Amino acid sequence: MLRTIAARILDAIPTLFLVLTLVFVTMRLLPGDPAIAVLGENATFQELQLFRHKVGLDLPIWLQYLDFLRDSLTFSFGNSFTSNFPVSQLIALNLPYTIELTVAATIIGTALAIPVGVLAAVRHGEAPDVISRIFSLLGYAVPDFFLAAIMLIVFALTLKWFPITGGGSGLIDVLWHLVLPATALGLIKAAFMSRLTRSSVLEVMGKDYVRTARAKGARERRVIYRHALRNALLPVVTGLSLSILSTLSGSVAIELIFNRPGVGAMLINAIETRDYPTIQAGIVVFALFVVVVNLLMDIAYTVVDPRIGAGS
Amino acid sequence: MTVATETAAPLHAAPGREPSALVQIFRHVVREPLTLLFAIILLIIILIAIFAGQISPYNPVQQSILSVNQAPSPEHWLGTDGFGRDVLTRIFYGARTSLILGVLSPVLAAIIGTALGLWAGYFGGWADRIIGRLIDLLLAFPDLLLGILVAAALSSGFWSMVAVLTIAFSPRFARIARASTLALRHEPFVEAAVAASVSHPVIIIRHVMPNIIGPIVVVFTLWIATAIRLEATLSFLGLGTQPPEPSWGNIIRDGLDNMFGSPWPIIGAGIAISLTVLGFNMIGDAVRDVLDPERRE
Repeated sequence: MLRTIAARILDAIPTLFLVLTLVFVTMRLLPGDPAIAVLGENATFQELQLFRHKVGLDLPIWLQYLDFLRDSLTFSFGNSFTSNFPVSQLIALNLPYTIELTVAATIIGTALAIPVGVLAAVRHGEAPDVISRIFSLLGYAVPDFFLAAIMLIVFALTLKWFPITGGGSGLIDVLWHLVLPATALGLIKAAFMSRLTRSSVLEVMGKDYVRTARAKGARERRVIYRHALRNALLPVVTGLSLSILSTLSGSVAIELIFNRPGVGAMLINAIETRDYPTIQAGIVVFALFVVVVNLLMDIAYTVVDPRIGAGS
Repeated sequence: MTVATETAAPLHAAPGREPSALVQIFRHVVREPLTLLFAIILLIIILIAIFAGQISPYNPVQQSILSVNQAPSPEHWLGTDGFGRDVLTRIFYGARTSLILGVLSPVLAAIIGTALGLWAGYFGGWADRIIGRLIDLLLAFPDLLLGILVAAALSSGFWSMVAVLTIAFSPRFARIARASTLALRHEPFVEAAVAASVSHPVIIIRHVMPNIIGPIVVVFTLWIATAIRLEATLSFLGLGTQPPEPSWGNIIRDGLDNMFGSPWPIIGAGIAISLTVLGFNMIGDAVRDVLDPERRE
């Protein structure tokens, strides 16, 4: 198994370079001249040249590319154009909030989705199945930022049960600030995951080993959770990696609604002010997330299903 | 005129012939009450989008200091926004933006993606390796993240939005087209055509295309809903349709500034997005059940 995991990690390296290259190409497509964006239309030619020289925009493109790779891998993106603060510190300040939100939403979503999905599969065609179908139809249709805005209006503005904005400080306060945003994101994810769990469990319920377990006289609970769910978990793990990443991208809008600090809010803000180093850093952080989450999920498959490792 | 109908009619009425896919889909939609209900709601939304100018007595972008942030009233059913514009009118006009972008982008993505997927799957070799790798890479990104990345790189505006959504969706079509083509490549009827030295473009158009079009149409209908949701999200983030041009996403964004005063812009635009997405999803399910029955839940 260790060998498979090592192979997966090695496999992720070219992917990482490909992603970073894509980011670099995209960044170079950005409209407008960063120098003019920062110094304004009235800057003299000398001032512009000086700025370009300072941030390395006058170097040949392949040197810029190598610099970019080095900066990305060492997380040194220079200073923000707007606040003049080192971008790496901005990331360090914002990243914990985004991770908190993504983790909390994923936990809420999965904790809700698996029982709902199992129940819908076991009571296939009955009331619980119908209710779970309506729940998932709504989850696909209602945008997470709309649900979040409604929850904010109802529970924070009107009922005043939860704080309206910010990320909080201290453990209890942070958790308190997390409840609404994480529930909004988690509910939407649960709609997708519960559907996946349902179809996956339904599929294994017809398998021989489930019939054997029943024939042995195993209790229904045991049949479902030990025999069926365990085997149904593999597609759910696949769904989980997709779900974590879409939760992560969903967090961008949620951070905006709850006025929470976070990498998403930082990136959107930077795009609005054309703060290139911060845009670049934000995009690289998200891209790294995609590579790392996919890698972790690949490793998780090998743990859940050792046959995958043996086969390749 | 009469000649045409006379020759066409018997063809359709031929005994034992399966009804066309469109008829089957229509029957599917009509049979299920819930699907029918949302299909009708969707139809109403489409009509509103087309006739927005005729239905609404207000101008969607004209500002008025005299009527800022008003609560719902007989004159303004959903109130007015921070610039004194009628919210309902903006939602009506927003339907245009959403529907045009929501249909146009998947069409372009389907054309580009299918072409790439066909090429990769049919000819194989280095093209397949490059396209395959690129598809895998892009599919690892959730569409919203891909949308944000591309939107960050392009200036805002209608065509940038089309480009963003098209780039985000093309890999999905490319994957389906590639996989279906790969599966067909060694079918006897394709190999027979190759052996009979039929040219590759003819084989692709006559023999491969008709057999992969079903799954692509299914993906296409399901992605209209996703495109509409994605456009709304990006416009909400300020990366999509730019104010004053109304879009459901930027109406909600504007509504956030006046949450304390009136929640109606948020509620109205949010419900509009949800109903539209729900309608397209349910029709997409019906299309899938007819064209791609194996994937039915």
